[in-house]
Formats: sequence, C-alpha cells, structure tokens
Amino acid sequence: MAQALLEMRYIDKVFPGVKALSNVNFTLHAGEIHSLMGENGAGKSTLVKVLTGVYQRDGGTIVMNGKLISPKTPKEAQECGISTVYQEVNLCSNLTVAENIFIGREPKKHGFIDWKTINQRSEQLLAKLDVHIDVTKTLDNYSVALQQMIAIARAVDVDAKILILDEPTSSLNEEETKHLFKIMRQLQRQGMGIVFISHFLDQIYEICDHVTVLRNGELVGAYEISKLPRLELIAKMVGKDLSAVKDMDKFAEKSTPSEEVFLDAKDIGAVGKLREVDVTIHKGEVIGFAGLLGSGRTETAELLFGIEQIHKGSIRINGKKINLKNPMDAMKEKIGFCPEDRKRSGIIGDLSVRENIILAMQAKDGIMHHIPYEEQCKIADDCIKLLKIKVSDREQLVKNLSGGNQQKVIIARWLATQPNLLILDEPTRGIDVGTKTEIQKMAISLAKQRGMSVVFISSEMDEMVRTCTKLVVMRDRRKVAELTGEDISSDGVMKAIAGGAA
Amino acid sequence: MKNRLNQLIASKYFSFFVTVLLFAILYGAGIAMYKGFMRPQVFLNLFIDNAALIIVTVGITFTLIIAGIDLSVGAVLALVCMVLAWLLANTGLPVGVCVLLVMVMGTVFGAAQGYIISKFDLQPFIITLAGMFFCRGLTAVISQDTIQIENPTWVALASYRVDLGIGFVSIGAIVALLTIVVAAVVLGYTKFGRTVFAIGGSESSSALMGLPVFRTKVMVYAISGFCSSLGGLAYSLIMLTGYNLHGLGMEMDAIASSVIGGTLLTGGVGFIPGALVGVLIQGVILTFISFQGTLSAWWTKIVVGALLCVFIIMQAFITEQKSKLSSKSSMEDNNDPPIQPTPSGAES
Repeated sequence: MAQALLEMRYIDKVFPGVKALSNVNFTLHAGEIHSLMGENGAGKSTLVKVLTGVYQRDGGTIVMNGKLISPKTPKEAQECGISTVYQEVNLCSNLTVAENIFIGREPKKHGFIDWKTINQRSEQLLAKLDVHIDVTKTLDNYSVALQQMIAIARAVDVDAKILILDEPTSSLNEEETKHLFKIMRQLQRQGMGIVFISHFLDQIYEICDHVTVLRNGELVGAYEISKLPRLELIAKMVGKDLSAVKDMDKFAEKSTPSEEVFLDAKDIGAVGKLREVDVTIHKGEVIGFAGLLGSGRTETAELLFGIEQIHKGSIRINGKKINLKNPMDAMKEKIGFCPEDRKRSGIIGDLSVRENIILAMQAKDGIMHHIPYEEQCKIADDCIKLLKIKVSDREQLVKNLSGGNQQKVIIARWLATQPNLLILDEPTRGIDVGTKTEIQKMAISLAKQRGMSVVFISSEMDEMVRTCTKLVVMRDRRKVAELTGEDISSDGVMKAIAGGAA
Repeated sequence: MKNRLNQLIASKYFSFFVTVLLFAILYGAGIAMYKGFMRPQVFLNLFIDNAALIIVTVGITFTLIIAGIDLSVGAVLALVCMVLAWLLANTGLPVGVCVLLVMVMGTVFGAAQGYIISKFDLQPFIITLAGMFFCRGLTAVISQDTIQIENPTWVALASYRVDLGIGFVSIGAIVALLTIVVAAVVLGYTKFGRTVFAIGGSESSSALMGLPVFRTKVMVYAISGFCSSLGGLAYSLIMLTGYNLHGLGMEMDAIASSVIGGTLLTGGVGFIPGALVGVLIQGVILTFISFQGTLSAWWTKIVVGALLCVFIIMQAFITEQKSKLSSKSSMEDNNDPPIQPTPSGAES
C-alpha cells in the first residue's frame, strides 16, 4: 500500500480526571473517505481536536506525508493542509457569507482586500455546492443548514489535503446531504483524504471506505466498511458481542397501559402553532408523537407543558379541567418536559451533575424551600445509578460530559420531581446507538414499573415503533391518525403521514 | 414596500443613515434658528473643537468592535498632555522627540493592557478601569497644578491654520480626519481589520478558523492607546497646558459617539464614519447651546443621554427584525414556501 497521507500513532490525551484518549492509532490514505465511529464520549471529537490543534496531545506522534507535524493552533493545522468543519457551525454571523469563506486568506489587490474577487469566487464556490444565495449579506440572514454548507464551502476551498467533517449532516436534510456526498466523492477523486464523522449508519455505509472504531478513548480497530456488517460494527462500538446487540432490538416488552386516563386534551390548538389535536394519555402508557419536523409534534408537547397557551379546546388532568398558563402550572400537575435542544434550553454546563438534577425539584418547591444536601446527594446518586449516567462523581461539571450523558442528566432532573407524565422531545438526537437503546428501555420501564405516562417524540421511526404503545401521527399541525397495537409499524406511520397528500 | 423597508433595516448601514439624518436635521434646525449657522466656518469649527474626541473615538471603536472596551482613553490623554508639557518645560529635548516619546508611551501602555486582557482572558472593563486610575493618578503625581506650554514651536503649531478657501481648520482637525480615513481603510480593507470584526462576531469561531486572535486583540488595545496619545496631542494643541483633569469623562463621550454612530457594544458591528458623525452630533448640540447663549453646557449631556437611549433601543429593534428575517429564510420548522431569494439550491 502506498504511503499513508496521515498517520497518528499512540495518541494520548488526558483531561483533568479523565483519560480521553489512550494509545489511539489512526491512518488515513489519500483519496479515502474514512469514518470515525464510536459512542458519545468515545473520543472521536477529542481525536479530531488533537489533529486540528485545538487540543495539545499528551503523547504520540502525527506524521503527515512522511513528515512529523504537531499543530499547536487551528491556524497551524490549516497551514499543514488540514481543514475542518465542526458540528456546531463555527463562523462569524456578523460577517458576510463571502467573507466567512475567505477570511484569513483574502485575495488582495494593491495591498488591500479585493472584495470583488471575494464575492465572485464565493458565488462560484457555493454554486458548486448548488447553493445560490446573496453572498454579500451577513451570515445571520441564513438558516443553520445553509451556514453549514457555507462552512463546508470554506473548508473545501482551503488548499487542503485532509478534510475533516464532524457530523456535518446533522442539520442537513436529505437533498442537502446528497449534494454533500456528491462533493465529497469529487474531492475524493482529487486525492483528498476525508474524515467523516456521523451517527447515521446509513450514511457511513453509503459514503465511507474505511472505518476506525473507538471506545472509551481506546482504539477498537480499523476495518474496511464493505467487510463489516452493521451489527458487528455496532457490537464493536458498544463493546458487547454480537448476540447481545441482536438482543437490543428485541426489546423489553412494551408497557401495558392501564384504563385510567391521566390527561385528556380535546381539540387543543394555538394560533400560528397548532391547528387541532386531541390526545388521550393513559397511565403507564408510552405514547409517541410522530410526524415530520414542523408537523406540530413539538408544539403539542409545548401546549401540554404550558410553554404556549392553548387558544381553543380543553385539557383535563385526572378528570379535572386545568388551565395551564405556564410551565410552573404544568409542574404542579406533575408533568415533566425534556426539551429538544438540550444545549440551549436544558443543560447548565457550569453546574455539577447533582445541581442540574436538583434544579427542577428546587424550582417546583420554590427557592425558599431548601432541600438538604444529604437528600440532594441521595437523589442524584439514585438517578445516576438508575439511568447509568457515566460520571466520575456527582460533583462533576455537566459540560464535561458527553452528549448522551447530558441528555440523561436532563431526564434525571425531571425524574427527580417524580412526575406522572414525562415528555421527552427528541431524547435520542445526536447520541450513540447504545445510549439510545438505554433511553428507550428506560422510557418503557418507567411506564411499566412506576405507572408513569411517557410522551416520546422522535424523528426516528424505528425507535418510536419499538418503544410506544400508541402513536399519534401529525401532519401540517394537526392530528391525522392514531395507531395502536398491531397497527404500529414504520409502514403504518409513513402511510398516515403521506395519507392526505396522496 | 414592506419588503424594501425590511431590506433597509437589515442593511449594514441602517444606523449610519439614521445618524446622518439626525445630524442633518439638527444642523438644518440650527440654520433655521440662527443665521450664523450658515457660515461654513461653523461647520469646520466642529472638527477643530472636537479633533481630540474624534481621534479618541476612533480608538475606542476598535475595542468596542471586538466586544471589549477601553476606559483608560481619557486618562491616557491627560497623561500625554501632562508628560508633553513637563518635557517641554523641564528638558531641552526638541519637540519632535517629545512627541515621539509620548506617542510611544501611550501605545505601549495600550498594548500592555491588551496583553494582560488577552493573556489571562480578563474583563477589559476592569483592566482598563485600573489603567484609567493608574494614568490619572500618575498625571497628578507629575504635577497637581497646570503646566503651561510655552515652547514656541508647539505654540506656533497650535495657532497654525490651514486655509480651505471656505474657511480654515487647525492641524488637529486635519490629523483627526486623516485618522478617520486610515481607520476606515484599515477596518474595511485589511486582513487585520476584518479579523477585528471576526473576533467581535465570535472569538472562538475566529480561533477555529485559524485567525490570529491573540495578536489582533493586543494590537487593538495598542491602537486605542495610540489614538488616545494622538488625541492627547490634539488636545494639547488646543489647551496648551498639562493638567490633571484634562479629558475627564472623555471615555464616556467617546463610547456614546461610537454607539450613536452605529457601534454595537456586543461587538462585531462598528462603522468609523458613523463614529465621526456621532462626535459631530455632540458638537452640533454644543454649538446650539453657545449660539443660544443662556443655556448651560450641561444640556449637551442631557440631549446626548436621551439620544443614546433612543439609539440603543433602535439597535435592539434592528437585531430583532433581523432575527425574524433570518428565521423566515430558514427551511426548517416552516411549511410555507421560502421567501425570495431561494435560500438553497436544494429546492431547485
């Protein structure tokens, strides 16, 4: 085999209290699309950041094109020919689109920046990605998906030998993903080495040649993707043998809801948010809100939690008519809500795990009512054990946890309030397969063992089908079908979503 | 019509337009009320009288764009005036050398503040507040009393007038205008200038994009120090003294001018010509008061206070409008067809 484009050998990285990487090897050849796989917290991002100079490695060597390199800043990495698109868009929203693509390497004329060329070349670059926008407008005029494409345009245009894409597709839709893949193949043919990180197995199998699997900061192995069946890949990621993984799909049996109704929402709607939905939630039921993004599933959850007020219809809880004016009212009725975007509206990174868990309880009790420290610790420890949250101890800061574990902390926060109804909005987004399964199982066991009602909202059909005992299907901000028992299947949901349009 | 209004609001120069419009209205009102306002010299006097403030405002605008601040500008200006007066009075050094010395002093002081802020990731507010106390204190230590400048070269420079045909301007005013032009070009057309804006937009993104964040931040504070010193020279040309209380509160006037001129305190947005008009607006109000003759000069502060308030609210309004516009162009969470221009080729 020809000389590798990039060889990382025995990479070590230690964070206070955590060994993030130990003895990791990674090899990338020119003209190869190589995926880094692993559960959340396995060390994928850390490895990337070591390579791009954001973090300094504590041991090991990096050889690129036969030359030893050690980038200390992102700038140095760029100069070596390593270009990166991060998961969160890292551009400046106050600058124009064109400038975001060219800043730091602006073409010049007579010593001054040549804006005309910048704008022209940006337009051409974006046109190659099939994006046609006004490049002289500032970045904040455009959606996150577009910003992501712009970030990719920037990365591609830098004279790079290695392109790293850290979950670039999480904010792209199918069409946009296809475009991206087209571009990636084009770059591949030009001899660029591409590192592609994604949680979507389909995408990995579609685009990648090789895969390197990490687990708990250690190398599991590097494989040719065509010779690695999916189940085996998953088994390697979660570190269980094949039979155990197969078991994961055969789920713990679904819960059996009682006859008793906990919440009954009749024809609720809110202007500009939701047209008309009625939902009956029984005790011990895992109910799914299915539908496409923007179909009204999140909005329904928000109405049930009092974030938005209903303008028509009524909500009855335990048979009593209730007027939910704000989330506090909903909390008093023992409803909990884990929002969709955990970074923005859930987790407080600078507080410890314990403090994050206690938060909702404290809010419910009011700030004057102090929860004794011992009790707080006990609650936190119970939750950590119950949800299998991976922490060094309960006082660890939440921002140092991986995405999946942060999600668990939020769920723990609401469990601590001992709700009768727990609403989980996209609880599994952006987290790995193993943790996903754990969260699904947890939803079921909460319903089964505690008789709790759970509302489960997810874009992943399989997950809903596996977990829920009832599915409310929505389209265009109204309910279009309700599926129970045998009717619950991916097919059934698809048909219900497509139904009216056909 | 509504769309065009939205476009105008979303335009980078919206607040600059508003500022210029306001200046024109104020000036027009002056002409309507007082005949003397018509004379071109009144307009030129705005530059002569406010030369120092214009230069200092340019410097502080750099720090505001990177979402920082420099509270030490007024004190540095006073220190420069004082050291210059002391040097001219007590040493036989030629004027050129004295000027060079104070310029280096102010610039190095600014760079030092920038280094401390960037190196230890500290709040610029606190560091430059400390710098302000330090310089103001040092000024008083050199002399509690006013030191007159009697150096003939400096006095000659102070009274030198450049004839523009329609009137005359001072050397300070010319330096101020040059500063404006140089700063505008630097911010608009150099890598350094654009990096300044990028840092204001997002420091962490800038670092990830491989921009020299540390170096740029230090340079920004050095520029602010440089402008404070240059402003000090212009101030000295008008006052011909070194005095402990020179430029007291000038940092606030400079911040106000910059904000009225369209700079956002949250960083990433700033416009040098706007800052100039911001200073001129304050100047016009002062001119008004001197024409009127009976009002206290403090009315300037009252009007400027009210203006600041209005401008801040206006900026909040613009930001809100903008985020509304961008959510419209978002493709997610929206079933309506996107508004022109098509935000993505995905649909085509």
